[in-house]
Amino acid sequence: MSRPIWLVLGASSSIARAFARLAAEQDADIILAGRDLQDMERSAADIRIRGGGQVEVRPFDAVDRASHSAFVEALPPGRLNIFLCFGLLYPQEAIERDPSLAEPVIAANYLGAVSVLSRLAPRLAEAGAGAVVVLSSVAGDRGRPSNYVYGSSKAGLNAYLQGFRAKLAPHGVSVTTVKPGFLDTAMTFGLPGMFLVASPEACARACLAYAAKGREVAYFPAFWWLIMTIIKAIPEPIFKKLKL
Amino acid sequence: MAEAGWRHQAFAGWGRVARAEMDAARPERVADVARALAAAGPEGIIAYAGGRSYGDAALNAGGRAILTSRLDRLLEFDPASGMLEAEAGVTFDDLRRLFLPRGFLAPVTPGTAFATLGGAFANDVHGKNQDQAGNFGAHVAWVDLMFPSGELRRITPEDRLFRATAGGLGLTGIIVALSLRMTRVPSRFVELQERRVADLDEFVAALEEARSKSHYSVGWVDALARGRTLGRGIVESADPAPLENGDSFKEPRRRSVPLDLPGIVLNPLSVGLFNALYWRRVPAAGRRRRVTLDKFLYPLDSITGWNRLYGRRGFHQFQCLLPEEASHHGLRAILETCANSRAASFLAVLKTMGRDGVGLLSFGGRGHTLALDFPATSGVDELLLRLERLVLDHGGKIYLAKDARLSPTSFASMYPGLGEFRDVLAAVDPASRMASDLARRLEIKVGPP
Repeated sequence: MSRPIWLVLGASSSIARAFARLAAEQDADIILAGRDLQDMERSAADIRIRGGGQVEVRPFDAVDRASHSAFVEALPPGRLNIFLCFGLLYPQEAIERDPSLAEPVIAANYLGAVSVLSRLAPRLAEAGAGAVVVLSSVAGDRGRPSNYVYGSSKAGLNAYLQGFRAKLAPHGVSVTTVKPGFLDTAMTFGLPGMFLVASPEACARACLAYAAKGREVAYFPAFWWLIMTIIKAIPEPIFKKLKL
Repeated sequence: MAEAGWRHQAFAGWGRVARAEMDAARPERVADVARALAAAGPEGIIAYAGGRSYGDAALNAGGRAILTSRLDRLLEFDPASGMLEAEAGVTFDDLRRLFLPRGFLAPVTPGTAFATLGGAFANDVHGKNQDQAGNFGAHVAWVDLMFPSGELRRITPEDRLFRATAGGLGLTGIIVALSLRMTRVPSRFVELQERRVADLDEFVAALEEARSKSHYSVGWVDALARGRTLGRGIVESADPAPLENGDSFKEPRRRSVPLDLPGIVLNPLSVGLFNALYWRRVPAAGRRRRVTLDKFLYPLDSITGWNRLYGRRGFHQFQCLLPEEASHHGLRAILETCANSRAASFLAVLKTMGRDGVGLLSFGGRGHTLALDFPATSGVDELLLRLERLVLDHGGKIYLAKDARLSPTSFASMYPGLGEFRDVLAAVDPASRMASDLARRLEIKVGPP
């Protein structure tokens, strides 16, 4: 059997770097896709030295949706696995000061993901196998006053992925929605109110395991399932009085 | 709340005596390093890497720091020449795990693998092979240095800036990547010879023999022994061992110190007992055995957070180098002062050095180097001051990577390269963006009147 290929969308983040290193160690070939080509070339070199195997770098911009068709068409033929981990977060206060900041958050987290995944769908179905792992967030489970623009973009993504999963299931392709709590990444570094922060390496390891098992929805770390189950169960009249 | 991308955090040197609160950024790409540098305010900025400097070299109280832990990529490796290019936050532990199985070892390594390559260059560190291999900087072909202005430039050993950056304590800018000449090793093991020595004369003679015959040599001193047993200890010498059939390696299990031990645990009685037992661990006739490079090079790394053994108050490391002609007399004076003060020290190391460092402020040269640790008790400052004078009187120098107490005047007389170092700093950092508690304490940036 030929080596599996992982396409990493949003490849400049620490979580992408950790994921690609681990996947390469497990004998996968890697395609890094993102905006910062110079930076991705450094990551590609790193992965080659650590893991051996093929690593290539391709330009990809989640918010430049007009480019997505050409990007997908140019991908090598055959079976692909997808790790989608791009995302944009502006703190809610910043968006309240400047409401125009809401749009780029939605454009990256929701529109960008929908655009590229929808274009990948036909070839995933045709391959008849593969895994798609999408990094979403617990913030999509319920809109909280402290983070609801970001949360709503992830909620939209989660609903999209439910349908996407059902659509691809008959073709033997698994789709995993990963809902991490707080990850120790550049996006969250220095943000107030962080607790129980998990390392990108641990999350990447878990994502590979979800793909192998074909998990549908996974909270990471798993205890976030309990926290979010409680948060989702709070009736709206009470929830609106809580400062969450 | 700190601004976006910055985290206000408490930091400490490895000895946990020097502490500082800083606003830290943690860049993941080279472009982010420039952005972080541009944000340096009047309080300045310094790189903070593995956190293994004992004192205040990587601290900048009230100012900013750039954490280099996420600049951790390997960029190129040529197995034919052994040349490795890597980002500055790559650790010796990464190299140990990835390259020892391929038969390559860092040419010079400090006693902990948790130090980074950038930190190793900025402190121009040495290891147990200093006699043969010199310091870390001698094996570096180039450094990608981000100037305080944000300009990125590749510097090579011919540049004066290279000599200012090797051992330059991070004050010339941020080291982003470097190229290192790795050494081939026949196996993951060394042939280790251990020998008990009864006093200082025997110790120095044994080191003298070891430095000429062996690749690695190092000695442990019982720093509480006095009188006839002054300077007793164990001398270890080792050479790379050939590959043997059935060689196998398992990652050692790491234990950790879960909490700060009460300060009273390390007292002259307990350490005296430990030292006496430790000395007798090696049979009187000596012994030979085969041990892994991992264990030989990084004996303390198997205990995560061993610095907590000293309790909340922390400890001081003191490491000096005495030139050969004065070292016998000087070592005796220092060990007597230390033993008579009953300042408990159990990580006491005596070894030879043979080569100069490449940096203007490198800790290197031919002679004997002695490293001692002292719990930070009430009398320790006075003891350190006495030791500082003894080092000065014998024409020696104190290692800045370990230090938290040296005075600016003693520093200036120990490091004759300081004047030229200041010239380079004035040229590369005219706006004085780089700053550290060590640089302020030693008045590195203040020119002569």
